[in-house]
Amino acid sequence: MNKKTKTPLIHITKRDALPWYKSWGIRAAAILLALIVCSVITTTMTGENPLQVYATIFNGSFGSPRKVWVLLQNIAMLLCIALAVTPAFKMRFWNIGGEGQVLAGALAAAACMICLRDTLPNALVIVCMCVSSILAGALWGFIPAYFKAKYNTNETLFTLMMNYVAMQLVAYFVIVWENPKGSGQIGIINQSTEIGWFPQIGSYKYLLNILIVAVVTILMYFYLNYTKHGYEIAVVGESERTARYVGIKVDKVIVRTMILSGAVCGLCGLLLVGSTNHTLTTSIADGRGFTAVMVSWLAKFNPIWMIFTSFLLVFLSRGAGEISTAFGLNQSFSEILTGIILFFIIGSEFFITYKINFRKSAGKEVASHV
Amino acid sequence: MFDFVSFIPRAIVQGIPLLFGSTGETLTEKSGNLNLGIPGIMYVGGICGVIGAFLYEHSVPAPGALNPFLAVCIPLLSSLLGSLLMGLLYCFLTVTLRANQNVTGLAMTTFGVGFGNFFGGSLIKLSGADVPSIALSRTSAFFSASLPFSGKLGWFGKIFLSYGFLAYTAVILAFVCAYILRRTRIGLQLRAVGENPNTADAAGINVTKYKYVATCAGSMIAGLGGLYYVMDYACGVWSNNGFGDRGWLAIALVIFTVWRPNIGVFASFLFGGLYILHMFIPSGMNLAVKELYKMLPYVITILVLVIVSMQKKRENDPPASLGLSYFREER
Amino acid sequence: METKTAAIEMRNITKRFGPVLANDKVWLNIYRGEILALLGENGSGKTTLMNMLSGIYFPDEGEIKIDGKEVVIRSPKDAFDNGIGMIHQHFKLVDVLTAAENIVLGLPGKLDLKAASAKIREICDKYGFSVDPTQKIYDMSVSQKQTVEIVKVLYRGADILILDEPTAVLTPQETDKLFAVLRNMRNDGKAIVIITHKMHEVEALSDRVAILRQGQFIGDMLTKDTNAQEMTNMMVGHAVSLNIDRPDPVDPKPRIVVKNLTVRNLDGIVKLDDVSFTANSGEILGIAGISGCGQKELLESIAGLQTVESGSISYIEDDGSAEELVGKDPLSIAELGVSLSFVPEDRLGMGLVGNMNLADNMMLRSFRRGKSIFTDRRSPRALAEAVVQELSVSTPSVDTPVRRLSGGNVQKVLVGREIASAPTVLLTAYAVRGLDIHSSYTIYDLINRQKKAGVAVIFVGEDLDVLLELCDRILVLCGGKVSGIVPGRGAEKREVGMMMTKLGGQCHE
Repeated sequence: MNKKTKTPLIHITKRDALPWYKSWGIRAAAILLALIVCSVITTTMTGENPLQVYATIFNGSFGSPRKVWVLLQNIAMLLCIALAVTPAFKMRFWNIGGEGQVLAGALAAAACMICLRDTLPNALVIVCMCVSSILAGALWGFIPAYFKAKYNTNETLFTLMMNYVAMQLVAYFVIVWENPKGSGQIGIINQSTEIGWFPQIGSYKYLLNILIVAVVTILMYFYLNYTKHGYEIAVVGESERTARYVGIKVDKVIVRTMILSGAVCGLCGLLLVGSTNHTLTTSIADGRGFTAVMVSWLAKFNPIWMIFTSFLLVFLSRGAGEISTAFGLNQSFSEILTGIILFFIIGSEFFITYKINFRKSAGKEVASHV
Repeated sequence: MFDFVSFIPRAIVQGIPLLFGSTGETLTEKSGNLNLGIPGIMYVGGICGVIGAFLYEHSVPAPGALNPFLAVCIPLLSSLLGSLLMGLLYCFLTVTLRANQNVTGLAMTTFGVGFGNFFGGSLIKLSGADVPSIALSRTSAFFSASLPFSGKLGWFGKIFLSYGFLAYTAVILAFVCAYILRRTRIGLQLRAVGENPNTADAAGINVTKYKYVATCAGSMIAGLGGLYYVMDYACGVWSNNGFGDRGWLAIALVIFTVWRPNIGVFASFLFGGLYILHMFIPSGMNLAVKELYKMLPYVITILVLVIVSMQKKRENDPPASLGLSYFREER
Repeated sequence: METKTAAIEMRNITKRFGPVLANDKVWLNIYRGEILALLGENGSGKTTLMNMLSGIYFPDEGEIKIDGKEVVIRSPKDAFDNGIGMIHQHFKLVDVLTAAENIVLGLPGKLDLKAASAKIREICDKYGFSVDPTQKIYDMSVSQKQTVEIVKVLYRGADILILDEPTAVLTPQETDKLFAVLRNMRNDGKAIVIITHKMHEVEALSDRVAILRQGQFIGDMLTKDTNAQEMTNMMVGHAVSLNIDRPDPVDPKPRIVVKNLTVRNLDGIVKLDDVSFTANSGEILGIAGISGCGQKELLESIAGLQTVESGSISYIEDDGSAEELVGKDPLSIAELGVSLSFVPEDRLGMGLVGNMNLADNMMLRSFRRGKSIFTDRRSPRALAEAVVQELSVSTPSVDTPVRRLSGGNVQKVLVGREIASAPTVLLTAYAVRGLDIHSSYTIYDLINRQKKAGVAVIFVGEDLDVLLELCDRILVLCGGKVSGIVPGRGAEKREVGMMMTKLGGQCHE
C-alpha cells in the first residue's frame, strides 16, 4: 500500500571525502575524456589523424626552446594572478577583478616609466615602479573589500565592474601618452634609454619573471598554510561565526586579504610592463584575470597544485593555438578547445563532491514486502 | 548645439543589444543563477545567426531575391537554437551538477567568444574574401528594414520609427518580462526560487525546472542581442571581436536597473548614449577624454551597487540566493 | 459530550534516527473542536511526532488514520491534501514578497492577488487576525510572520493545525492574541495541536493535554481534570540516581558578578530580563530552564559575543579587583588577561571548524600566541594528541577533519581544547547533549576536575537529574528572568521543574 508512491531511481547524497588519489583520478579522467572529445572535433574539422593532433598540441608548448620559454612565461603570469586571487577565494570572497587589479598595477608602472624618466636615475625609477604598481593593485582590491566589509556589497559584481573602470582608465592614458601621436598606442616605452626596464638575467628575457613568481608561489604557500593571517583567512572562509567566537575581526580580515590580493595582481602588472612587454595596452592582462579564477578553483586553492593547473591551461591553449596555425584554422579555435576542457573539469567536480546512489527498482521492493 | 535628433537614434541602437542582454540576464538572475557566460552567449547568438544567414544566402545565387520570411526566420531560429544550447549547458553544469556558477560562467564566456570568432573567421575563409569580415547585406536588409513613414516624419520618424523589427522586439520583450516577473504566478514563483529555494521547494515549486527554464529563456533573449548587433547594427558585417565587451555592460545594466527589465528599456538607452557620448562631445584635440566617458556606465553601476547595499532596501538587493546552487538535502 | 471520532489517529508510531529512538510506539488521537497541548521536555520527541503528520518525516513503524481512513503522508503536499497544516518554529517565508504573495506561493491557477487578498481578509475577519496582504515580510514582526504562516495554512483549507512552540517568539500580549484566535478556530470545529513546554499555556489554552517523555507516550487527560504539579511530574519523570561525583567546593570566592543584565535579540525580543547572580570560583553553577529562555544569550553575553542592552558583568580577579566585560569582544576580554573558556551549544557551527582537522581546531584558541608571524603548529598538534589520548577520542588520527567524528568525540575535542588553556571561568552549554552515557561521564569528570582546580564553572543543562547531582547551586531561568537560585544538594526535582515553568515556582492550587 505505502509502496505505491513513486520513489526516484537516482538518489544523490553528499560524499564524506574522497582520498586525494581518487579525486585526482576523477579529474584526470575528465581531462582525458575532454582531450578525446577535442581530438574528435579537431579531426572532423581538419581530417588529420588524432595522434597527429596530439603531437601538434605537444609541439605547441615544447616544439622549440623559444616555445618552452613562452610557455613558462605564460604560466608564470597566469600563476601569479591565480596566487593573488586565492587568499580572497579561500575567504569565500569572489574576487573576479584580477584583470582590473593587474591593469591598475601595469598603469602605475608605465606611469612611473614615462613621467619619471627625465627626473630620476634608472634604479630609482624601478623602485618607484615597484612601489606604485603594488600600491595601485592594492587600492583596486581595497575598494570592493571595504564596501563588502562595511555594507556587504556584492563583491562578484563590484570587482567585475572595477575591471572595466581600470580598462578605460588605461585606455585614457594610452591616448594621453600615445607615441607616435595619432597611432592610438604607446609603443615600446623608453626604447632607446631602457629606463625602467627590468634587468635581464643572462640572455633569458623571461627568467626574471619566472623566478619572481616562483618565489611568490612559495611565499603564498607558506602565507596560506603556516602564518597566523593564513589561518585567520581559513577560519573566516569556513565559518564567520567561529571566527567571531575566537575573536577574529572578520571585517579587518576581509579588507587586509583583499589588499594583499590586489597587491599581488599589481605585481603581475608590474612584471608585464617592466619586464615582459615594456608597453601598456588595455589587453595586457589578456583575460588572465578570469582564467586565474579557474586555475585557483581547479587547484582547490592550493598554490602548489596551481603550478599544475596553470600549466595545464597554458599548455592546452598554446597547443590549441598550434593546431590552429598548423591546420590553417583560426586562432580562436584554442578558446573553443579550452572551453570544452574546462566544461569537463567543472562537471567532474560533481562526482567528487556527490555520490549517486541507484535505487534498486521499486517493483522488486514491493514484491519483497507482499 | 548638441544634436539630439542624430544622438538619440544612435544611443538607442547602441542600447538595444544591451537591453536584450540585460533582460535575459535579469530573468536568469531572478532564478538565482548568476550567469557570467552571457557575453559568450551573445557571441554565440550572433554567430549562429550569421551561419544560418550565410548558408541561406549561399543557397540562393547572388542576384536572386531572398524569400523575406526565410531570410528572417533562418537566422533567427539558428540564433535562438545556439543560445538555447549554451543555456542548457550552463544549467546542466550549475543546476544538475551544482558546479560553481562563477567558474562555469567564465568558462562559457571563453568558449562562446572563441566559438563566435572561430566560425566567424572560418566563414570569412570559406567566402574566400580578403577582408577580415563577412558581409551579409542581403539578409541584413530584412533585419534593418525600418517602419514605413520613418523617412517622412522628420525628427519624429528618425527617433521613433527608424529601427529594425528586433529593436522593437527588445523593448516589448523587456516589458513582457517585467510584467511576467511582477504580475504573474510564474513570475512570483520564479522570484521565490531565486530568493529562497528552500521555501519554494517546500511550497511545492519545482526549483530545478524553474531554474532551467528561466536560464534558458534568458540565454535565448540575450542571444538575440548578438543577432541584432550583427544583422542590424553592424549591417550584416561580422568582424571578429566586433561585439566587444557589450556582454559585460549588459550584466552591469542588470545591477543598474536593480533587476527590473522595464527600467532596463530606458537604462539601456542611457548606457547606449553614454557609450557613444564621446562622439558627440566636442572634445576638440583631446581624444583621451573620450575614453573616460566610456568609463561612465561602469562607474555609475558601481555607485548604484554601493548605494543599494547601503540603503538596505530589500527590494533592490540582488536575489538572496544569487550565485548559490541548491541542494535539497543540505538545509 | 458525545463520543467524538478522532480526526487523526496515530497508532503505534515509531521513528528512529540512527541509533536514537525519537518516538517509541506512540498512540495519539487528535479531535476536531479541541485544542490539544502536546507537552514534553526538550528532546522528548514532540516535534518529530508532529513532523510525521506534516510530511517532513515518514514513520518507521505504525499507521496514521484520518477520519478513520488510513493515509500515507510523504510530503508537505500530501499533508495539505489531507487538511493538515503545520506552523514550524522556523518560518518558511520569502522575505521580499508580500504576505499575499507568500500565502499563494505554490498554488496552481492564475495569479489574482486581489481575489487572494479578499480571501485573506475573509479568513482574518473570521478568526480575528490582522494581516495586511500587501505588507512585505521583512517589514513584519515575528508575530506578524507567524500570523502569515497560520493564514497560509488556512488559505489552503487545512482544518487540522499544528503549531510548534508558537509562543517562543512572542510577547505576552501577542501570545494572548494568538490564543484568542486559536480558540476561535477551535469553536469553528478545527482540530488544533500546540507543541509546548510551558505549563501556564497548557492551562490557559488547551482542552486536553498529552505528555511525551523520552520519545514515549506517557498519558493524556482533559486539562480541567489535572493540575500543573501532576503534569510536571509526568513530564520530568521520577528522580533517577546517576551517581555523579560532587566534591565539595574549596574556598569559593566570587568570580563573575552579573547585575541587572538585560539583552534583546535581533528581532527586539527581550531574551534576558534584569538577570543578576554571582558565579564563584571552585563551584559549578547550573543553569536550568526550558530551552530558549535566555541561556544562550546569558553565556554569549559573558563571552563577549552578545550585544547587551543594560546591566553589568564583572570579572573579579584573585586580588579582588574587578574588570567590566560588557561592551568587550572576545579578543579584548582575552587581552585583559581573563582566561575564559566557552563550550557553545553549536559545536561544529561555532566552537569548531568542521572541515579542519583536530590539530588545526586546537589552534583556534592558541594561534595568536607568540610574536612570530607564523603559527606554531607543533604545540596544537601535541595538544590534539594529548586530548585524543586522555579523553580517549576515537579518531583515525589528529589529521582527520572533525566533522567526520561522532558527536561524542566532537564534544571531547571541543571541551578538551577549552580546558587546555587553564581557564578561570568555564562556560558550557548542553555539554552532554547527544552523548552516550560513557562520554557523558567523561565530560562530568572533566568539569569536576576544573572545579577542583578553582575554576568558576557555569553549566547550562537540560537534564534536571544531571543538574541536581552535578551542580553546587542551580539558577533557574524562566522566560529570561531568574526564577530562583537553589542549592544543588537537597533540591527537589519537582520544585526545580515548577520553577522552570512558573516564575518563583509558586503554584496556585
